[in-house]
Amino acid sequence: MNRWIRFIATRLLYMALTLFVIASVTFFLMSALPGTPYNNQDKLTELQLATLNAKYGFDKPLLVRYGNYMRNILHGDFGISLQFSDQPVASLLGSRIGPSIQLGLQAVVFGTIIGTIMGAIAAMKQNTFVDVFCQLFAITGRSVPNFVVAVILQFIFAVTLNWLPIGLWNDGFRSTILPTLALSISPMADAARFIRTEMVEVLSSDYIELARAKGMGEIRIAFTHGLRNALIPLITTLGPMTVSLMTGSLVVENIFAIPGIGEQFTKSILSNDYYTIMAVTILYSTMLVAVIFVTDILYQLIDPRVRVEEKH
Amino acid sequence: MEERKTQVPDSAFRYRTGPARVDAQELAPPITFLQDAWRRLRKNKAAVFCMTLLLVIILIALLAPVLAPYPPNEQHIPYANLPPRIPGVSIPGFDGTISFRGNRVDRYAMAGVPDDVNFLFGTDEFGRDLFSRTLYGTRISLLIAFVAALLDLSIGVVYGLTSAMKGGRTDLLMQRILEMLSGNPRLVLVVLMLLVFEPGVFSIILALVISSWIPMARVVRAQTLRIKQMEYVQAARVLGCTNAKIALSHVLPNISGVVIVRAMFSIPSAIFFETFLSFLGVGMKIPNASLGTLLNGGYKVFKLYPYQMFIPAAILCVIMLSFNLFADGLRDAFDPKMKE
Repeated sequence: MNRWIRFIATRLLYMALTLFVIASVTFFLMSALPGTPYNNQDKLTELQLATLNAKYGFDKPLLVRYGNYMRNILHGDFGISLQFSDQPVASLLGSRIGPSIQLGLQAVVFGTIIGTIMGAIAAMKQNTFVDVFCQLFAITGRSVPNFVVAVILQFIFAVTLNWLPIGLWNDGFRSTILPTLALSISPMADAARFIRTEMVEVLSSDYIELARAKGMGEIRIAFTHGLRNALIPLITTLGPMTVSLMTGSLVVENIFAIPGIGEQFTKSILSNDYYTIMAVTILYSTMLVAVIFVTDILYQLIDPRVRVEEKH
Repeated sequence: MEERKTQVPDSAFRYRTGPARVDAQELAPPITFLQDAWRRLRKNKAAVFCMTLLLVIILIALLAPVLAPYPPNEQHIPYANLPPRIPGVSIPGFDGTISFRGNRVDRYAMAGVPDDVNFLFGTDEFGRDLFSRTLYGTRISLLIAFVAALLDLSIGVVYGLTSAMKGGRTDLLMQRILEMLSGNPRLVLVVLMLLVFEPGVFSIILALVISSWIPMARVVRAQTLRIKQMEYVQAARVLGCTNAKIALSHVLPNISGVVIVRAMFSIPSAIFFETFLSFLGVGMKIPNASLGTLLNGGYKVFKLYPYQMFIPAAILCVIMLSFNLFADGLRDAFDPKMKE
């Protein structure tokens, strides 16, 4: 027990340190960005620029701004968005995180389930036509970038066939279908590959032979014995996958004009909206670090072979 | 008795040519590591096919200045948005016609293009020849990917080797730094780096390298730690080899397979990031072509002129798929035990 407390405490400490470093690096990178966050910056006079800078506190020395920003973050104040009528960044992102999370989760759940089924079938029918097809699908899914898939889906189902909305987020579930599909390609491919590899190994082990000898049906063997053991390692990959999907949905959100975090991030980087860029970076990093942490713990709980290191 | 003894004259004997001693079984020449891998790779038809395809694509990309019929940024405004026309081919979509209110209309005739002028992949909104742009774009994308992969290979190998060979405090510190860097989502890091540097080939490569050497360093460290335990390394140490010598002449050759495979996988990943960034509009500078800017340009008009989007998309997919399949084959060839 003592060991666990120490393990978790060290990890938490490193997480905090990591986030601090990331926030600092991003802050200084940000202040090195060329240009200003103001619209029509070429038409502004020196005086107007100076007034605006004073208004938003950009006239102070870098280190003072850094100190202020860090202090504010600790108080939960992420500054105001310079692009969207001085709205606080926190509430701006808060109103946009819903679609991103929904898309990320839908894509992971859908992709993993379909991928798992494909992987299991491929492992059962090893070296047959079905197997080759599943493997080909997996490698294609890994190779084709998700924004290309998104555009192709949009072209086929929205532009040509006119079955589903072309974009926007105003048609309930129907408008989530295409972006979810586009995003789910990569978890699907990963899961199929992963499950197939694990299952092939599991299915050749002795206790499967025993089950077969007892007269258990192939499908039951595959699902109760094979899949069960193959799924455990997969669970630990789900968290990082969700986060990478959410950060990776930048372009997909743009293509389908979805009011999510990714779309906001693209807008803010193209308009030098410093505080929004910072907040999104910190948000993404926090999610990533937290998910890695949870995954590590899960992994140790699930797999007794992985032991908590005695000393760190 | 004397007579029955047959005399064999000396002339009946001759010296044997060739090696002095012949073993019962001729020994095959020893196979080196690379030959062995090549032998296994050759059996994997998909990988060989992809390798050939990649070589052809790379060759075509290298020859872009010779093959391209027009300079990539040359505009022919009157010939804007022409569909592909390949001489002698009459498949709709590649014969210079588009479908307009149910009829096929010859866009080339409408634009007044002479009969002997053909745009194999069509033209874009400024009348630039997409075939030339695709050639140059593929060249730039491949260049970025190869340089980025080479650089992150070198940084990763040096970092991983140092960390594992030094061990102790140094290792711990270097690993903590890695852990901190990997907490930053790669995409966000790349985008930020690109915003700070002037956009262009060099800064894309820099941004890619900064964010992608981490997995390589991890793999190298893990492999080095494994090799370090081997008896021959201990023997070398007993004989007085320095750490640097052990790392270079004992460890590095033994992890080269893993490193090469890893680098092969990082090429498609670099291509993906380049197209991703250019598609977002923070990658290549505007008039220059890369696969990403071509996709971006094509996407803007893809409802009207889908060919402008689908041709670069198809080429991108073929390249990515080939690299992945080839890298898979290479991994199996280098380490048959690891075969899935």
